[in-house]
Amino acid sequence: MTDHSFTLANAQLRARPDGTLWWPDERLLCVSDLHLGKSERIARRGGTLLPPYETRETLWRLDEAVSATAPATVICLGDSFDDLGAALAVSDETRTTLARLQAGRDWVWIEGNHDPGPVDLGGRHLREFKMHALAFRHIAAVTVPDGEGEISGHYHPKAAIRGAGRRPCFLSNAARLILPAFGAYTGGMSARDPVLADLMGPEALAILTGKRAFPVPVAACAIR
Amino acid sequence: MLARSGEGSLLLIAPTGGGKTLAGFLPSLVELADGAHEGLHTLYVSPLKALAADIKRNLGAPIVEMGLPIRVEDRTGDTSYTQKRRQRADPPHILLTTPESLALLVSYEDAPRIFKGVQRIIVDEIHALAESKRGDQLMLALSRIQTMSPDLRRVGLSATVEDPAAIARSLARHPDPCPIVLADAGPDPDISMLLTDERPPWSGGGAKYSIPAVLDLVRTHKTTLIFHNTRAQAEIYFHNLWLANEDSLPIGIHHGSLSKDQRANVEAAMVRGDLRAIVCTGSLDLGIDWGDVDLVVQIGAPKNVKRLIQRIGRANHRYNAPSKAVLVPANRFEVVECVAALEAAKAHDLDGDPKGAGPRDVLCQHILIAACSGPFDATQLYQEITTVGAFSGLSRAAFDDCLDFCATGGYALRAYDQWKRLKQTDGLWHLRDPRAAARIRMNIGTIFDTETLKVKFRRSAKTLGEVEESFAASLTPGDTFLIGGQIVRYEGLNQLVVEVSREKGRSPKVATFNGTKFATSTQLSQRILRMFSQDDWPALPAHTAQWLHLQREVSKLPETGRILVETFPQDGREHMVVYGFAGVNAHRTLGLILTRRMEATGLNPLGFVVTDYALMIWGLTPVTDVDPLFDPQNLRDGLETWLAGNAVMKRTFRVAATVAGLIERNTRQGRKSGRQATFSSDILYDTLAKYDPDHLMLRITREEAMRGLVDFARIEDMLERTKGFVDHVTLDRVTPLAAPLFLEPGRIPVFGEGREKLLQDAAAALMKDAGLSTL
Repeated sequence: MTDHSFTLANAQLRARPDGTLWWPDERLLCVSDLHLGKSERIARRGGTLLPPYETRETLWRLDEAVSATAPATVICLGDSFDDLGAALAVSDETRTTLARLQAGRDWVWIEGNHDPGPVDLGGRHLREFKMHALAFRHIAAVTVPDGEGEISGHYHPKAAIRGAGRRPCFLSNAARLILPAFGAYTGGMSARDPVLADLMGPEALAILTGKRAFPVPVAACAIR
Repeated sequence: MLARSGEGSLLLIAPTGGGKTLAGFLPSLVELADGAHEGLHTLYVSPLKALAADIKRNLGAPIVEMGLPIRVEDRTGDTSYTQKRRQRADPPHILLTTPESLALLVSYEDAPRIFKGVQRIIVDEIHALAESKRGDQLMLALSRIQTMSPDLRRVGLSATVEDPAAIARSLARHPDPCPIVLADAGPDPDISMLLTDERPPWSGGGAKYSIPAVLDLVRTHKTTLIFHNTRAQAEIYFHNLWLANEDSLPIGIHHGSLSKDQRANVEAAMVRGDLRAIVCTGSLDLGIDWGDVDLVVQIGAPKNVKRLIQRIGRANHRYNAPSKAVLVPANRFEVVECVAALEAAKAHDLDGDPKGAGPRDVLCQHILIAACSGPFDATQLYQEITTVGAFSGLSRAAFDDCLDFCATGGYALRAYDQWKRLKQTDGLWHLRDPRAAARIRMNIGTIFDTETLKVKFRRSAKTLGEVEESFAASLTPGDTFLIGGQIVRYEGLNQLVVEVSREKGRSPKVATFNGTKFATSTQLSQRILRMFSQDDWPALPAHTAQWLHLQREVSKLPETGRILVETFPQDGREHMVVYGFAGVNAHRTLGLILTRRMEATGLNPLGFVVTDYALMIWGLTPVTDVDPLFDPQNLRDGLETWLAGNAVMKRTFRVAATVAGLIERNTRQGRKSGRQATFSSDILYDTLAKYDPDHLMLRITREEAMRGLVDFARIEDMLERTKGFVDHVTLDRVTPLAAPLFLEPGRIPVFGEGREKLLQDAAAALMKDAGLSTL
């Protein structure tokens, strides 16, 4: 088994080494921060012309995860598009790939700070999604009510330990799970950053991605 | 200088020191003396900010004394914003600057007004600029300025170089001529090799045996510079010198890994005349003029004759007195190298690898700079660029490639034609979004100060020392090496810091982090090979000549036109020695490729070691047929596979892509904040390699790596020189020329089947000893 299994608000969840979250009982797959169309947005704003292959690469990875799990529900946890302009400018190729991935399953776009409006790309568009005691939203709320669990993205957490370079990670504690960014062109924020430390508390675990997903105490990770 | 001030281009070559800079300004002072010229008259460009500030002082005094109506100002990265603005509105008569500041000035919309009447440009230390991309950027900027002011005359000031004509060609407006003025170089330097009663050791680079003799030399001279090829060797030598320094002669040390303060202290003590000797490295090659040095000692073979001559030029600037230098071979092979270098110096046969065509990443940046200053016509810009010597052979197709990259990114997938960086309107190219100009200007320049990387313990602020980038790139997590006298374990590279952990009581896997920088030059290697073809060697000390005679008797001496390969068993291992004479960097690359191939063909290699002249591989299985190993196509294929995942490529990509404007430089702001808005350039490299492997940036990366750290160019040279002719000599024991390789530090292990077999054998032996072998 290369996944890391854990429980949040009585739900049995699995953090997968590719950075996706799998909820076997509900056949639900969750990914966060795809940032599709990032190179296009940077170019549009007068920046550099990055290789325009990140959308293809990100969807190729998503395709792999969907094929491996055959989910009934897919939740994209916000910042799926680098901005609304990027969502409007998707190529026919992207549109076709998405349509194929969405066929036969419930597809939920959660809105993020980069992509607040609805998109015309199939699926449902929600601010928040709830199932049993779990709430799926883009940015972690200030507090999580007792008995509930929250699943969010937004921060692009990364962590490093001895013998392994800095890599994207999940962050988890008794009430929350923060997903790593799934998009190809995404930087990251250290799991030890004060913002994340405040949110997750001293007991938090970082679940590192890579060949296998494995948990380490955030406190044991490198600061930067 | 005055007599020839009318020349369109002029190159003045004078030995280090000698007042050539002020000579360069003389015509400007004469032309400006009557106060009739308005605006900018003379540009002075030097590689060092400090040099510009120096000239401002030196030039300012005579101008004030003579009451000349001339305004002199400098403009570098240190100049204030208000000062820079004022300079644009009202330029001084003489502007002292650097290639980067000049490129920035050229990028402004008002550049044509600023440069309109400029008459002269003086390029100082042009030999140093010509060796890097900074020189290419400068000459491209000059081509723009020449268009704005067609009367511009160019003067280059250079130290002694191997190929003055090449520097002249790079300076002049192609195809104009560029006369060369050679200042009187004075008498030939008095160079000799140190002969001691004690024979040099068979291997190693420390030259510890020479310390008593070198101390004697220091005692009998006023001030001595003791040059070393690497910082680590300088440190060790300095340490040993003090242990033997019974008279407590004041001796200091100066090298690039020391802090700025430490270096400044030594420089000040030197200027005051407080020091009798300085142990130093290339950090003293450029810049400050040391007045009273009367002896230069070079420890270790000089590797490069041109550098030797420039170093010797540091001694004795008094006219008509020869500079004095002593070469100290560090081991027996270096005796041969030193004699070859002495002969080359006597014959004025300086070396230097011919510079390739102008680098295309710099060209891309130049195109973006042109776009910042205003709309341009592609054909006109192309023609202007081909007036630069290094780009005179640039084809229109190659230019269009770069223009396309700047305009659209140059991708096979045309994702955003509507979001181009450059657009064409009425035939003229211009920035699509004017906001881009500010971002392009922030990224001007070709300097990357990452040649060495700091080494730190994880979660520690203290720097243990610095290692060369090429060394860091060759490490994999778990490797152990020596630094600052202790053994450490490599953990990973983080934000340009080599992170290590403590490692107790084990011998380092990789013994040394030095010596990767300078390989013996091609010319010097060739000279050694020619020496080998002599019947006898009267110029060599008897012990070294006998050594070569013995090699000839037992095996063969390497020849220019063939690759000599020896195979023999020794200490229960099969050895193969390749006398490639291609330098350490190329030999290391060759070692990695050959052992990979040997692993694939079941030859069970266990490790290898390299020097400037040879590569030795050992393993479990004897190599009987060497020809397939040296098949050029096999080697090139091996390189491709090895390169693809290599850290060297990713680092090279990062530099080229930043120069070309694909990646923006990290701002200090961005590095500080924990949140990384930017992502690693490795992601871009991997993405391009996967989806667009023929992209311009990857082609540039491959070319640069071949010339740089990988040094495959010299493997190609070797194959070209020998046409793949391999002389394979099979012997039953080690040969005289191969013996020192057994003592060479820095053995590189190969972790493959061979090592697995050794383990299994050892395990089986243990089982047998315990009486369990039949179980």
